[in-house]
Amino acid sequence: MLDAIPPLRARRGAADDERVIKLAVLAVGGQGGGVLADWITDVAERNGYVAQSTSVAGVAQRTGATIYYIEMARHTGRLPVFALSPAQGDVDILIAAELMEAGRAIIRGFVTPERTTLIASSHRIAAVSEKIEPGDGRASSSKVHATAEAASKRFIAFDMERIAAENGSMISASLLGALAGSDALPFTRETYEQAIGAGGRGVKASLAAFGAAYDRTRGTPAPAQSAILHNVVEPTPNAGSVSGPEALMQGWQQLSARVVALPEPVRDMALLGLRKVVDYQDIAYGGEYLDRLDKAVALDNVGHAYALSIAAAKHLANALCYDDMIRVADLKTRSTRDRRVRREVGVKPGSILQVTEYFHPRIEEFCGTLPAGLGKYIENRPKLAAFLDRRINHGRRIRTDSLAGFAALWFIGGLRRWRRSLLRHKVEIAHLDRWYALALSYVPRDYALAVEILNCRRLIKGYSDTHVRAQSKFDRVLSALDLVKGRADAADWLRRLREMALKDEKGDMLDGALKTVATLGPDPMG
Amino acid sequence: MAERSFAKEVEKLRLGAGEEFSGEGILAITKALLQCGVGYVGGYQGAPISHLMDVLADAQDILGELGVHFEASASEATATAMLAASVHYPIRGAATFKSTVGTNVASDALANLASGGVTGGALIIVGEDYGEGSSIMQERSHAFAMKSQVWLLDPRPNLPSIVKAVEDGFELSEISNTPVMLQVRIRCCHVHGHFIAKDNKRPPMTVADALDAPRRDTGRIVLPPASFLHEKEKVQKRWPAAVDFIRNNKINEFFGSDHGSVGVVMQGGMYNAVIRALQRLGLADIYGDTDVPLYVLNAVYPLIDDEFLSFCEGKQAVLVVEEGQPNYIEQAFASMLHKAGRGARLVGKEYLPMAGEYTGQIMLDGIGSFLRAEAPHLLPGEVRAPNKVGDGVDTADLINVVPGRPPGFCIGCPERPIFAATKLVEQELGKHHIASDIGCHLFSIMPPFELGATTMGYGLGPASASAFNSPEAKRRSISFVGDGGFWHNGLTSSIGNAVFNKNDGVIVIVDNFYSAATGGQDILSSRAGNKTKSTKHPITEAVKGMGVKWLRHVDRTYDVGKMQDTLREALTTEEKGPKVIVASSECMLNRQRREKPLIDKAIKGGERVVKPKFGVDEDICTGDHACMRLSGCPSLSVKSLDDPLRDDPVASIDQNCVGCGNCGEVADAAVLCPSFYRADVVHNPGRWDRFVETARRAAIGLLQRRRESRRLTFADA
Repeated sequence: MLDAIPPLRARRGAADDERVIKLAVLAVGGQGGGVLADWITDVAERNGYVAQSTSVAGVAQRTGATIYYIEMARHTGRLPVFALSPAQGDVDILIAAELMEAGRAIIRGFVTPERTTLIASSHRIAAVSEKIEPGDGRASSSKVHATAEAASKRFIAFDMERIAAENGSMISASLLGALAGSDALPFTRETYEQAIGAGGRGVKASLAAFGAAYDRTRGTPAPAQSAILHNVVEPTPNAGSVSGPEALMQGWQQLSARVVALPEPVRDMALLGLRKVVDYQDIAYGGEYLDRLDKAVALDNVGHAYALSIAAAKHLANALCYDDMIRVADLKTRSTRDRRVRREVGVKPGSILQVTEYFHPRIEEFCGTLPAGLGKYIENRPKLAAFLDRRINHGRRIRTDSLAGFAALWFIGGLRRWRRSLLRHKVEIAHLDRWYALALSYVPRDYALAVEILNCRRLIKGYSDTHVRAQSKFDRVLSALDLVKGRADAADWLRRLREMALKDEKGDMLDGALKTVATLGPDPMG
Repeated sequence: MAERSFAKEVEKLRLGAGEEFSGEGILAITKALLQCGVGYVGGYQGAPISHLMDVLADAQDILGELGVHFEASASEATATAMLAASVHYPIRGAATFKSTVGTNVASDALANLASGGVTGGALIIVGEDYGEGSSIMQERSHAFAMKSQVWLLDPRPNLPSIVKAVEDGFELSEISNTPVMLQVRIRCCHVHGHFIAKDNKRPPMTVADALDAPRRDTGRIVLPPASFLHEKEKVQKRWPAAVDFIRNNKINEFFGSDHGSVGVVMQGGMYNAVIRALQRLGLADIYGDTDVPLYVLNAVYPLIDDEFLSFCEGKQAVLVVEEGQPNYIEQAFASMLHKAGRGARLVGKEYLPMAGEYTGQIMLDGIGSFLRAEAPHLLPGEVRAPNKVGDGVDTADLINVVPGRPPGFCIGCPERPIFAATKLVEQELGKHHIASDIGCHLFSIMPPFELGATTMGYGLGPASASAFNSPEAKRRSISFVGDGGFWHNGLTSSIGNAVFNKNDGVIVIVDNFYSAATGGQDILSSRAGNKTKSTKHPITEAVKGMGVKWLRHVDRTYDVGKMQDTLREALTTEEKGPKVIVASSECMLNRQRREKPLIDKAIKGGERVVKPKFGVDEDICTGDHACMRLSGCPSLSVKSLDDPLRDDPVASIDQNCVGCGNCGEVADAAVLCPSFYRADVVHNPGRWDRFVETARRAAIGLLQRRRESRRLTFADA
């Protein structure tokens, strides 16, 4: 039987007033995606369009990824049939209120090269999974940028969160500004501003953020790289000034001269290390730092681009500046710290700042701050140590805006003068020397492995239990040395083990990797 | 008081005949109820109909003017039982809740209501929490309608259709003496649209009128022999009445051509998605005009045999678009065709997936392949044989880059310290079996806490740990229940059960003063005053009344040390029987919403206000992120330093911090590190404040200058 349906009218690519514009907003719960969706709907209606917005409320709004969806078409008197959710390959404008949400939109297929204008704020809101890694668990922003460029018809990205904050508003306002500035919708700037005005709350700030983002969108055609700067600023030697009493300045000049005498590639890191070490203790300590560094430089050569010396410059400085009570107290009582807190908190003139510090010293920290003999004496007597711990080991909240609290910390910070004679120093320096000697001992046999041994210092961080766990990871990673040494890929293995150690808290991934290392057969290369 | 206020929007409920209503789906439903002369409304909050309850709560003045009784029911069972008012009296009543979880709870009342039948229209509006954004098990309300024989409406997702479905629903209920369920999907509840309003109607009989003239009829009560008669009445009287009404009033709709070799049948709620797929296939315009015959089931139960069979007349193949499984509608239609001996081929789940949400792409693929197979001549050439496949952008790498972002605790959430304390106690005493419940506290199962093994239903956390009660056990179970779940069902099913069965486990009742996960509605133990409800009934009193002997109340959950000590005591005490800890602190989202405007006003008004915020000393933080593994607060994040000496990002607290105190408490209780500080800003300080400040600053400045004059200072160090 022949089908009776008459030939179809041409319905694709219909006239402009038969076109549905589809716009999706991907946001993180709490970013105000609903406000943005309401504004866009309002703008569309002001321009003689029919618009429909939908969202999925519910628990996803509690900090999870959320999606808002808007469809609009020119009002012709008949109501169009709008869909209630975005479909893959069928979105004209995608607004992502955070960079990874732009990535999620691409993965979900909502961004297509032929038609989608992708407007994304390039700032990051780290997901919980990115934050809880002991190392750096953050996702690669550059990967998202690169894919977004290829996946979209037009990619507009800049830090809209910052623009909002600078104008005292929320990101919804700057996102709307970017949308208006993109001309992706056939609406005038004025109608957007009217929609914001009709909202009634925080209009002035919203308009300012809107305007700033609008101008930014107009003014910068391809702002792709602006946001991926991962705060990696190349250090410039002699950046930042040094000041102090004449005698100390002379000492500093001598130390700086020693840095200048180092091979050129080592200088930047060595200068930064030197500043840190002198700031931590004194000029003499800086001298000790450079003495140790010289040992690495003596074994190094230009053929290896001085990788060993650079690693030594970095990690020696960190190892020498171990985190003890004195350092914490010193840092917390500086005038620079006071200024930084005021800036970060945003204390306005006329207001008063009160600062409470959270300390929880244990017997270990107490003994570490005693002269080495006395500290050792207590540590060797568990009953005495436990007795003292019961008195010491509880949380202390110290108000550093009060004179008494400040003076107590100021006093502890002043113990710096005697630091070299304290137990913690002896322990730390012995540990440092063992590690450093171990690393340097490998230079003639396996240069790359020596560098990796130095880099393992990165594992040591944290205070109290966290510090103990970090030490244990450091020891476990280095315990693999006996298994991998002599292999051509020994350095690679050590690097891998270190990376594993930074993946989780207890080092479960590291233990797994160590098991793998233990089963390694004889080195095929070696 | 709920998280979102509809105080302004509810004014739209006063719109009269001919005026245009513009707003969200749920508000439209409320307006429709009033236009229908509803006499009473009840319900229990839960996405996606939480806002319907909030709208009703905010509309109490308007409801009062019309003589409409509104209740925020204790549970979905309560809400459905409330519909008993329509059994003997010709009063229209409505109940609303989230489905299918709410329908599960309501089942007992629903079955009884459906058996005896109703005189006044009884409408149950279920918010179908299915697909993207859903927080519950994926099931269908359809099964409930079938098993209790309750009619199920599934209107097209636009405001005029939903409003009409409310009107139709009441009439259908009255004509067939059967309760009617009106199903609205999650996005439909939040869809923004328009419809032309009618005048609100005062119920012809109010509940007050009914109380003045009580009626009874033994024949409507569910007890033999009446219940046997009900079963027969259902199929002999009520079913035919419903079928006639649906057919005569053209509740189901036909679109497209009258004839053709293929056709598509769909649930009303799927209509827009089907049209979109046809648009994309070049077979429909934006107004939904199409030549493909469509049969839209705005009533999905009961199905109308002759309507369907005549639609199939002359068609070779008919596609059923039915979201979710089992495919009850498809099965019913297949049976009809078979019994009628018709030849049309019925397909459905062959082209569309058996399970899962019917997204735009799935619909396009499914309908596209149906038409390609059954009616290729309909399709434009470029659809029949597309030139290119895929969009050419490789996203495989991106999948490994983009982190998942599940929902979690809000900034400053008072539940965070409870789970931080639990994690710390587990570090001391080892892992325990932990039973979770429904509510925000269920986010404990996600990183960074990863606590909790099961969730069995609202208020059933402790009940779900009841098997773990053995005299040989060396460790106790821990179970959680929120205040919402506690009052919903937990008091009897969990606490009462634990007391009666001498359960030795530890029960933590998370009391945040609201039903927080559903949008901050008030409950019995809410501490705020409520004009129309009775609040301030302490959970501790109820627990004591239930017979619990070991009871501790932690009235500030942010005290992580105390929380930890209390948990440890509960897990190790010699005392037998349930150990109940009530952990109370106000939901921060609601607290901020309540306090922030007041604080801002006070600051502007020159009052002395202390505002806390936390910070991290970036040079003291070593970047080990131990604090984040005990927090997960959105405000506490990582940042890179401009320092090549440092490899790992350090902790940083952003401007959204509300100064809840968790960071400091955890740093202390877990002995983490001294990087955190609390900065209290005293706005509009008094004279004494300023005097002390000046003196302190002078003395501190002196000490700072003394030290700094004797050392080198590095400008950016």
